[in-house]
Amino acid sequence: MITEQKQHVLAYLNKGLRYDGRKPLDYRNVTIEYGITKSAEGSARVRIGDTEVIAGVKMSVEKPYPDTPDKGNLMVNAELRPLASPKFETGPPGDQAIELARVVDRGIRESEAINVHDLVIKSGEMVWSVMIDIIPINDAGNLFDAAGLAALAALRDARMPGITALNKADYDNRTDKKLPLKHEPIPVTVLKVGNTLLVDPLSDEEDVVDARLTVCSTEDGSLAALQKGGEHPFTIEEIDQIIGIAQENAKMLRSKLAR
Amino acid sequence: MPYPKRFDGRKFDETRPIVAKVGVIPRADGSAMFKIGNTVAYAAVYGPRNLHPKFMQDPKTGILRCDYNMLPFSGHGERVRPGGGRRAREISMVTENALRPILDLREYPNTVVDVFIDLPQTDAGTRCAGITAAAMALADAGIEMKDMVAAVAVGNVQGSIIADLTYDEEQNKTETEGVADIPVAFMPNSGKVTLLQMDGKVGRAELKKALELGREVCKKIAEIQKAALRAKYMGESQ
Amino acid sequence: MEELKMQDKAVVVPGDTVAQGMGFLPSKGTYRENDKIIANRVGLLSVEGKVLKVVPLAGSYMPKIGDRVLGQVSDVLFSGWRVELFGPYSSVLGVKDATNEFIGRGANLAEIFGLGDLVVCKIVNVTSQKLIDVSLRGPGLRKLKGGRLIKVSPMKVPRIIGKDGSMVSMIKQATGVNVVVGMNGMVWIDGTPEGEIVAVETIDKIQNEAHQPGLTNKIKEFLEQKTGKKVEPRALAEGE
Repeated sequence: MITEQKQHVLAYLNKGLRYDGRKPLDYRNVTIEYGITKSAEGSARVRIGDTEVIAGVKMSVEKPYPDTPDKGNLMVNAELRPLASPKFETGPPGDQAIELARVVDRGIRESEAINVHDLVIKSGEMVWSVMIDIIPINDAGNLFDAAGLAALAALRDARMPGITALNKADYDNRTDKKLPLKHEPIPVTVLKVGNTLLVDPLSDEEDVVDARLTVCSTEDGSLAALQKGGEHPFTIEEIDQIIGIAQENAKMLRSKLAR
Repeated sequence: MPYPKRFDGRKFDETRPIVAKVGVIPRADGSAMFKIGNTVAYAAVYGPRNLHPKFMQDPKTGILRCDYNMLPFSGHGERVRPGGGRRAREISMVTENALRPILDLREYPNTVVDVFIDLPQTDAGTRCAGITAAAMALADAGIEMKDMVAAVAVGNVQGSIIADLTYDEEQNKTETEGVADIPVAFMPNSGKVTLLQMDGKVGRAELKKALELGREVCKKIAEIQKAALRAKYMGESQ
Repeated sequence: MEELKMQDKAVVVPGDTVAQGMGFLPSKGTYRENDKIIANRVGLLSVEGKVLKVVPLAGSYMPKIGDRVLGQVSDVLFSGWRVELFGPYSSVLGVKDATNEFIGRGANLAEIFGLGDLVVCKIVNVTSQKLIDVSLRGPGLRKLKGGRLIKVSPMKVPRIIGKDGSMVSMIKQATGVNVVVGMNGMVWIDGTPEGEIVAVETIDKIQNEAHQPGLTNKIKEFLEQKTGKKVEPRALAEGE
């Protein structure tokens, strides 16, 4: 049963238009600001149209996990704070926040964007723990892409703290040393509504989604993470088409990172 | 020995540099950002809106509900675990009490006005920045308010009464002299106090001086709040 | 001492002293404190003789009897429907107020209005507890099919409608789009996708420039430039 709302969105798509006048494969205007909060080791703000997301990186010195004595730790967390949308509530992260965090996490982790071996201070005893927190400030659609981009930008912005005599992070004395970033995984989300594929969805479009695919790709085009959402299926051809769209837009977004 | 000069060279009644902006979160009914020194607070207002669960509704009036939260990367040192905790709950509560005196929500029975305050960067004076941002956001949402509310932390550091303490000043205890950190909020027209807390040690006479200083500083902050509101709305009406 | 402290049409914010003196009369948006008249919301000061009030520039919709509003059916009740008004209060549409036709006792109400249906209705009663009754009996009141709903500030609604509906009329002339504006800040537009996009842009422009002088002309020029059609700010015809 197609709702009237969806019918209306489809009527637009039949004419190659979206509610804000874009064509289906047009991306909204993207801006990235670095170093937006001094208390974080690295931080960034990403705006995609009216959607605004900030991310911060905190680091600390920890013991490595017993089964990986030569690897540092990486954690990605996302909170959908209610200030960003009337749909968000206070309380612990719900499904949407968890999915957002885990998809961004996989993109960074599976692409080995950070060389976790380079985070080791003393094998088996001390490693750096890198914690990324992603917080939307205004949700106007497409939080996945904004979150992934903000996390990456915050990692690029990050500078490692020093180490105190007691082997703890020295937040008062930051070094100039950047994080060992090897790759730049960027998620791009494509929605299917009816028969049309759209990139960079608006909230109205997310409300009538049939299926969605978030594709995280690195600078050489290889895929680091995939996440399908929505209740409807994709054909293999559609997926292949979406990968192409995602790789192209990831390239465009990556060019915005450079500063 | 009295605190001869402040660490950052400010005068005793001088606040750190302030930036105030209104209407920064389009999805909210009202919103504002207030930055004082290195402390930054966002406030978003949603409401009056439906209140669930029903048993919380008040048939005589709308209710104000504030939620204060520091973001995980906002602290000086280690990451702050999300989830608020007891400190955040207490601050949420005193924030509500600081704002209630200016509001009359009897026109909105059974509803709630939600105020969400999030801080991405903190360097002392956080609850005060939150309250100050919240008042702007409430006005931006078009809610009726008798007056603005502005807040600042005043204190007694080594015998000197100062306004807008930084983190370093809060920590600056010596053996003989205490430090008092006194967050206060005022309604600028009446000069009445809507928030008063104190951490530390202060005598009666010093407290009175600190409150009087707070009143003067809050009046100045209120002018900045109003200017930020005017900047948004005059932009629309010119 | 009788003195007006701020001018007519000045932007006022809560706590602003707009006048001093016992001869002034506080009205909506202002109150008296001793000998001062003080603004209690963000808006434009309106000075009419000694009466001072504030025309709000922001705020939520306060339901008023007689207002035409846009609502969405959210529940089917025993003898009517619950209609959300996109604000803090929902309303009830009773069976007897639903249409001009007779609805029998055993009728399936969900077939007349289902969940999600959009309606243009009129507020016929508001209690002190803000319980609202609406009716669909009256000219122009009906279920809306298709179209797109956008939210605007309830305070800007009169400007969006324009004098005698002149703004809405110009939008229709230029784009062919039907525009129905609810006092509760909801606007329904229905036309071709290209036309609707121009209509939405126009309404955004009206909102952003609501209190600037010469707005009607600016909108006329904007629409003519966007669509190439000539428009006249005339009154909205019956049935438009």
